[in-house]
Amino acid sequence: MKPQETRPKDICLDCRQLVELDVGDITKLPPPYDDWVDEPIAEVPDEKRERFEASLDGVIGNVIPVPGTEEEKQALVEKFLVGIDKLFSKEDNWTFLQPFLLSIENCVKCNTCADACPIFEASGRVEIYRPLFRADVLRRIANRKRSKLGALTGRLTGADIPVTWETVARLADLAYRCTLCRRCAQDCPMGIDNGLIAREIRKLFSQELGIHPEELHGAGTMKQLHVGSSTGMNPMALADILEFAEEDIEERTGLNIKIPVDKAGADILIMHNAGEFLSWPENLQAFAIMFELAGLSWTIASDLVGYDSVNYGLFYDDIQYSRVTLKHAEVARKLGVKKVVMGECGHAHKAFMATGDRMWLGESNIPRESCLTLMEDLVCNEKIMVDPSRNDFPVTLHDPCNITRSMGIVMPQRKVLKKIAPQFREMTPHGVHNYCCGGGSGFAIMQSNNFPDWRMRIAGRKKFAQIISAFDDCIGPETNKYVCAPCSNCKGQIRDLLTYYEAWDRCRILYGGLVELVVNAMVDVKEGFLEWDFH
Amino acid sequence: MEFWQILTYAGAAVALGAIVLRAVRYAGTPIHLRWELYPVAHEKGRADYGGSIFEELDWWTKPRQVDHLNELKEMAEEILFLKGVYLHNRKLWVFSFPFHFGLYLVTAWLALLVVAATGRVAGADPGGGFISACMLAIQVTGYAGLALVLTGSIGLLFRRMSNPDIRRYSAPVEFINLAFFIVTTGVALVVQAMYDPAFKGLTDYMYSTITFNQAVLPDMWMRTEVVLGSLLVAYIPLTRMAHFVAKYFLYHDVRWADEPNPRGGKIEGRIKQAFGYRMDWDAGHIQKNGTWAEVGTEVIDDEGEK
Repeated sequence: MKPQETRPKDICLDCRQLVELDVGDITKLPPPYDDWVDEPIAEVPDEKRERFEASLDGVIGNVIPVPGTEEEKQALVEKFLVGIDKLFSKEDNWTFLQPFLLSIENCVKCNTCADACPIFEASGRVEIYRPLFRADVLRRIANRKRSKLGALTGRLTGADIPVTWETVARLADLAYRCTLCRRCAQDCPMGIDNGLIAREIRKLFSQELGIHPEELHGAGTMKQLHVGSSTGMNPMALADILEFAEEDIEERTGLNIKIPVDKAGADILIMHNAGEFLSWPENLQAFAIMFELAGLSWTIASDLVGYDSVNYGLFYDDIQYSRVTLKHAEVARKLGVKKVVMGECGHAHKAFMATGDRMWLGESNIPRESCLTLMEDLVCNEKIMVDPSRNDFPVTLHDPCNITRSMGIVMPQRKVLKKIAPQFREMTPHGVHNYCCGGGSGFAIMQSNNFPDWRMRIAGRKKFAQIISAFDDCIGPETNKYVCAPCSNCKGQIRDLLTYYEAWDRCRILYGGLVELVVNAMVDVKEGFLEWDFH
Repeated sequence: MEFWQILTYAGAAVALGAIVLRAVRYAGTPIHLRWELYPVAHEKGRADYGGSIFEELDWWTKPRQVDHLNELKEMAEEILFLKGVYLHNRKLWVFSFPFHFGLYLVTAWLALLVVAATGRVAGADPGGGFISACMLAIQVTGYAGLALVLTGSIGLLFRRMSNPDIRRYSAPVEFINLAFFIVTTGVALVVQAMYDPAFKGLTDYMYSTITFNQAVLPDMWMRTEVVLGSLLVAYIPLTRMAHFVAKYFLYHDVRWADEPNPRGGKIEGRIKQAFGYRMDWDAGHIQKNGTWAEVGTEVIDDEGEK
């Protein structure tokens, strides 16, 4: 069977692998990559297949151990079916019951969503990646289970998918072939949200079966709750990192800046994605420089969880989401700050300000705002002085889905860029109609097995095409170019994309956040804050 | 009382009941976490590019500006012209638009039949201006509506059968549903044109029905038309074809639901209530049978240890 012809009910087929991916099917890139040839996605060795599920598309995303016996398989199938009922229960799923019910019960299957999905398109329309596919598998199983006439009318209504271990295991992994970017929902005339359904599938597996990617759970939310950060950084390590940042700022700029920690009653508590501290310390430093030179009253928290705005629970588990966000709220309340400002992290923006809007209650409901609006105020109202000629190179902007499509923060970052980057140009499409970077919903940190191969070739293909198209007038390596991505996860994904496609060497494309560009343009800061070295 | 009249009453009652039940069910779900999707039509001055109040510095200190007029405009464009389908799936729109617009006309036609009959009950002169205007409107909406629904449903059925992407996801019932529309509107169109071109017979039928008098439908084809129509009216709200109910909630309670939750406000009260629900999730990291307030704050590892 061609990967373009799989039907939803094929998901239960008793075969080694449901779909064989062919990199030749992946969409072609524009020049100068029109002759780009991808290496095949690495094969999962047989001995690994015996231990972990790889029977969907030969890619291991959500690492699912193969149960040892038929009884164990059956027990997991039973748990899956019990979990479906819980998705429909207000006690178990008040958090998303209404949107879930509306989406699962009312899709008219017009397939408008398909053309909006960058993964489906980039894959060469591999059927299992169609937004409707995974949603329809769950829908059919749920319809059969929940309808009194389900078994009788199954064939008539399409509720005809046998629930076997193959069905369950493949669905658990298939939920991790969607970045939850919700572009499909935006284009759906009905408003059906197949991204939400993918998230509900992830949730069912996590909350009922304890199946979740290790990067999101054990090394993600659990580590954050126990150690303080998903990076493994504890409060002591934070102190070292901040000290190093202060030294580095002095070395780079000559400025003697003390990063305030746990300053009670500060106007602003800045919450960064702690990944920045390790991978892109210049981002943390740029915020410190900008805030200090603007004379703001601000602080960083050193309490457990309080110095890492990450909340991977948003991607897969409402309980873990709740635990992390309520810890964040508690840290902000204890410090008595006037507001929390979100650093450059898309999902943290959403976890704190949108979904978090209905989690932070009473005295813990400290106002939260985006660093992008704050930067707009500082730059556009000339509270800091900038010299745009320092950024006189081509710059394009990646819109993180969580900040634009899910929160409607579109213009502040553009107003800043227009002020500080004379060669700013948009990607097509952009704003709320942007394409996901391909690393959304946790993909950017899912680095195990052959998942990164899939992420580079398929999930991020559309974004990479957009990036090189935005620079088509100056694509050669003689011109330095900058992709501004004000989101930590997106930055990680774009770094990996530029590396995979050799875009630094071939095209001199660098990436980074917005605040680095702002500080690079600040007249009170020594020239050359932005370093043109790829890391 | 004739059999087909009973069927007409039953059809109307089932339809109304099913629509109300569906709406009550969706409206009765608890408050959920915010999950809006931009553009949000009522964001004043920002809807065109998809902006929100989050773009404002200290947004919580600013008055929330809701543009009801733009929301109504968006709704009208979506309801009347299926703007979303037009923008994102033009090939489908070619058939979906006549189908849906035809349904609106057919609904107007049925309403006008009731209005005309009620006018007669109220003593309006059957040859007078009011009834004549109603009869003219009945003819226009009736013929146009039935023709558009018939055309649209044939087109949609053809598309569902011929497009492999859609066919792959279509259950037999979805073909049956469209076939039901084709048969019912086809029969109605032909019967009206051949046996009751001015819709007088149907208006008399409606008059007798709303006055609970015996309605004479001497012609077998007209009886068939009424029976099929009554069955279809009852059937639609029992199926996914009644997605208009869900669409209201999908837009107003999810996609455009951006009302913030200020301290001590109405929303906060509803969330606190939800935090009191006892959950029953069974994974190791979840404390069995705790409330959301308990489980959502107390950290437990995967072995169930605190």
